[in-house]
Amino acid sequence: MADININTVNKYFGDVHVIKDVSLDIKSQSFTVLVGPSGCGKSTMLRMIAGLEDINSGTISIDGQVVNDLPPKQRNIAMVFQSYALYPHMTVFDNMAFGLKLEKRSKDEINERVNEAARILQIEDYLQRKPKQLSGGQRQRVAIGRAITRKPKVFLFDEPLSNLDAALRVQMRVELAKLHNELEATMIYVTHDQTEAMTLADDIVVLDTGIVSQKGSPLELYDRPNNMFVGGFIGSPKMNFISSKILSKSSDATEVDIMGMSKISVSKMSASSSEGDSVTLGIRPEHLVVNGDADGSWESKVFVVEKLGDVTYLYLEKDGEPLVAETEGHSEIKVGDTVKVGFPAGRCQLFDSSGQAFK
Amino acid sequence: MSWKKISLVFLLLIILVYTCFPFYWAIVSALKKAGTGTFIVEYWPSEPVLKNFIYVLNRPAFGSTFFNSFLVSTLTVLFCLLIALTASYALGRIQFKGRTVLLLGILGTSMFPQVAILSGMFELVRSLGVYNTYQGLIMSYVVFSLPFTVWILTAFIRDLPIEIEEAAMVDGANSYVILFKVFLPLMWPAMVTTGILAFIGAWNEFLFALTLTISPEVTTLPVFMASFRGESEFEIPWPNIMAASVLVTIPVLIVVLIFQNRIVKGLTAGAVKG
Ligand SMILES: Nc1ncnc2c1ncn2[C@@H]1O[C@H](COP(=O)(O)OP(=O)(O)O)[C@@H](O)[C@H]1O
Ligand SMILES: [Mg+2]
Repeated sequence: MADININTVNKYFGDVHVIKDVSLDIKSQSFTVLVGPSGCGKSTMLRMIAGLEDINSGTISIDGQVVNDLPPKQRNIAMVFQSYALYPHMTVFDNMAFGLKLEKRSKDEINERVNEAARILQIEDYLQRKPKQLSGGQRQRVAIGRAITRKPKVFLFDEPLSNLDAALRVQMRVELAKLHNELEATMIYVTHDQTEAMTLADDIVVLDTGIVSQKGSPLELYDRPNNMFVGGFIGSPKMNFISSKILSKSSDATEVDIMGMSKISVSKMSASSSEGDSVTLGIRPEHLVVNGDADGSWESKVFVVEKLGDVTYLYLEKDGEPLVAETEGHSEIKVGDTVKVGFPAGRCQLFDSSGQAFK
Repeated sequence: MSWKKISLVFLLLIILVYTCFPFYWAIVSALKKAGTGTFIVEYWPSEPVLKNFIYVLNRPAFGSTFFNSFLVSTLTVLFCLLIALTASYALGRIQFKGRTVLLLGILGTSMFPQVAILSGMFELVRSLGVYNTYQGLIMSYVVFSLPFTVWILTAFIRDLPIEIEEAAMVDGANSYVILFKVFLPLMWPAMVTTGILAFIGAWNEFLFALTLTISPEVTTLPVFMASFRGESEFEIPWPNIMAASVLVTIPVLIVVLIFQNRIVKGLTAGAVKG
């Protein structure tokens, strides 16, 4: 058991307020992914949990115990760094055994644990090599191995896959998911890659310049983003945002216009909105209906066609506002064609002028 | 070969001759007979003799001062590295107020010429009761080699990836373990380089040795060499002095040759990034 509770934590670097009143509850044995653009404070969050960074106010507890003033080694955590941070002068075996030796474990136990970790990570053949004799992927495994030999309650990963090439990244992602099931440990994982976040997480925490923008399961975030930031961050290609206006409000729906051509009634409400307000309509490329029936529609010329095999992306434009629509892989549509783009009301999101979602 | 390469080789040759000639000249002179033959310019000794070397080796003080020099220089290096290593960890890694001032102060102390602190050092050594002892000499040499060593090691520690230290902290290492088990093995290139310089500094030092020691049981080789006298006060026994110079240089050469292949770069390769 290792719940992690973060309570109104603040962090300043000099005058820069990097983490702003963040509160988070992370369930024991869950896989939580902190995601957000570069510089939003993900590493800082992780390093505060690890004890590598002091906090200015608030509390962090692991397993019910406040750890604010405990050094990293007393927090029962292990951390995997983006740069691997292996000890260059030690063999792979010694790298993985270092923490155990400091804990004064017996030789037999050290051997057993290191070999077990090496087996799980398939690095048994490299135990006597030095880090510089390994490839990037192998080094990454050693770094993970070093973390698991100590059997910590909490694993912290800071962008562990970002130095690997795309193929290896996918492979390691799957292995990390397997590892999480096998070890039944609490894992907190930092990434700026929303695909990693979506595929690995039980819970995703989206950070936006030091604030928790939204926390939820991957599908919650995908289906019901709290705000434009989350809507735009989760999903690839990005959610389309279209400037729009509220035409009328009823008891359970808001009617808005689409590019001045068509109107659509979306069953989402915001108490603070009123007729005539500017809003932003959000819809994902995969939800737009190309040349088919929908609740509202709009016609546009096609500027770029991207064929990926399984799907085709059409790049459209209206008054300088770009729009991406997804259609089937073997589409006949060519650049210069005019297509009818349909908006299914059930898939549309509305955001007010401050970016907050209509519910 | 291109002109660029030829001129480079030429330049290197000039530098080589410039730096090696004095030593070569010392060897040639040491192989000459004493007397007027000393003043005949010869680039290759026509009748080489070993009697000057034998003369030097047979002087009873040669053995003892040689041993003293070796002991004092080695201990100077050990103390200097130990103190500098711990100091540079603090200066390189720990944020504290006045760190820059402290670093500049350390650098500043190395700007005083030796003669300027000679009398002060003499008083200090006397009042500590270590006049004419190894401790006194070692102390004054350590004081002189520390600033440079601390600076080099501090710069080196600053360049070591911070993640390695943090990984060690997470692994449960305290500052001593980090310094001696994680950093020290990575710092051999810098340790060897600064250690050799401290060794050579102590080995060559003359002024302090002359001032702070008196008896041949304690004093060092340079002082011994300066004590050579000729038959009369108008004669300087060049061949003997040259033979002693050659003998004195050999240990330094050996030290450098032993450690040169430990001055390997890229020891940290493979620590970070893919
Ligand atoms: N040691 C530090 N000193 C000063 N500013 C820092 C330090 N570490 C991080 N920052 C700043 O804090 C912000 C968040 O950094 P970080 O947590 O590393 O972001 P992320 O990991 O999300 O890319 C950035 O603006 C960064 O410049
Ligand atoms: Mg980061």
